[in-house]
Amino acid sequence: MKILHCPLNGPRNISEFVYGGQVKPMPNPESATDTEWAAYVFYENNSIGVVREWWLHAPSSYWFIVERHNGSDTILRTYDPSELLSNPGMVSLEDAIQ
Amino acid sequence: MPFGLLKYGLGKDYPFEREPDLPATPTLKQHYDVVIIGGGGHGVATAYYLAKYHGITNVAILEKAYLGGGNTARNTAVIRSNYLTPQGVRFYSESVKLFERLSNEFDFNIMYSQRGQLTLAHTDATVRAFRQRAEVNTHFGGRTELIDPHHIAELVPTLNLNPANMPVLAGLWHKDGATARHDAVAWGYAKGATQRGVELHQLTEVIDIIKEGDRAVGVKTNRGTVHCRSIVQAVAGYSAVLAGIAGFKLPLVSYPLQAMVTQPVKPFLDPLVSSSALHCYVQQTSRGELVFGGGSDPYPLYNTRSTLELKESLIAHAVEMFPFMSEMQLLRQWAGITDMTSDYSPIMGLSPLRHYYLDAGWGTWGFKATPICGQTMAELVANDGKVPDLIAPFALDRFDHFKQVNEMGATAASH
Repeated sequence: MKILHCPLNGPRNISEFVYGGQVKPMPNPESATDTEWAAYVFYENNSIGVVREWWLHAPSSYWFIVERHNGSDTILRTYDPSELLSNPGMVSLEDAIQ
Repeated sequence: MPFGLLKYGLGKDYPFEREPDLPATPTLKQHYDVVIIGGGGHGVATAYYLAKYHGITNVAILEKAYLGGGNTARNTAVIRSNYLTPQGVRFYSESVKLFERLSNEFDFNIMYSQRGQLTLAHTDATVRAFRQRAEVNTHFGGRTELIDPHHIAELVPTLNLNPANMPVLAGLWHKDGATARHDAVAWGYAKGATQRGVELHQLTEVIDIIKEGDRAVGVKTNRGTVHCRSIVQAVAGYSAVLAGIAGFKLPLVSYPLQAMVTQPVKPFLDPLVSSSALHCYVQQTSRGELVFGGGSDPYPLYNTRSTLELKESLIAHAVEMFPFMSEMQLLRQWAGITDMTSDYSPIMGLSPLRHYYLDAGWGTWGFKATPICGQTMAELVANDGKVPDLIAPFALDRFDHFKQVNEMGATAASH
């Protein structure tokens, strides 16, 4: 079984986790056009390389961030989302970490 | 016995010139009318119909590995049209009709076998969805009906009607459902296309797309640069990667899909059987092996590794459906990369680049669409980008206008 290191619960089987999509900056729902909103909802940077993603530890309902190489399936880093949210610059780095 | 035959039997030379079905990879020219990126079923079918119906034979198929070695070789070879939406049913029905006469058309046996496909319902909600699918299918000329457990037991006596304590309430019986040898479909199309003058370039990888303004004019490959009038991309799981090279994004996420096959046994299973709740589909091939597959992996990945978790869960579900399978040996197990759209329909037609056409988003349902895909993509290219009505609902810009074609309820497994 593949092991994922949860920042809250430590190393756990990957079957306890749920994938929650890539980290991407959300446009302002009040002012975004339909096209901008569609781009946010449907389009992902589906290239091969290091990706930054939301994951959920289902038994404890804890959301956190995983940095993973989606070609080799190597998990590089996991951390609490506060690190990301306290540093708004990181969210828009989605394309830069490729 | 005619003595003439004995003469050949004792002679050293074979009496006839043996033409290989496929020519060796030719030298890459500098210009073609059409370049097709991807030598899988969809790519070679597009080339075949371009040559056959539109007289366009100055075509190069560029394949980075070998003919039909990607998802064409990795799918579970299910052919059916019992989808949910009118757009989907219309499209896939045409494909089923084309499949029926492919062997004759190619003069090459694709081992097409129309045995019917049965999907099991274990909940009232699924039964309701099946009723709708049966009605939509019948309306568009397909043969699909709802049947009760007695009828199911007659069709498949070996099936456990209470798998995993989820009793089978009804079945969606699709008489048009069929299977075929997936490799042979690609080989037959490639044979027909190359006989008409199309060039198949294996081991030729596209490295870059050459653009002039908003127009695609050629490709750079590991064997040189090629200019062309039109480009078709048909690269399945790597659609988003190639689109990235061409300079635009696609609303796709790539997941591995794993499947497996057992040792061959005597024929016992005629229809193709799938369970909506167990996320498992099982069929017996013409060689006697049982092929079974399930849902995609739980998270996106560009890697065809196998996982123990999926083997465990998939085998458990298959054994629930056919308990005696627990005595069988597993022969092979593999994975393919599937490019999933959020509405479970493909992306076909125009792209943000002029003269660059898309055949993508085929996720886990691409094999059954091979003939109609080739035919409509050929029509699109030959008419310089005039989109055929049949594929208009699957345009890329449906995502920008929130006009998705929701096929989520119509798939054999979870996906």
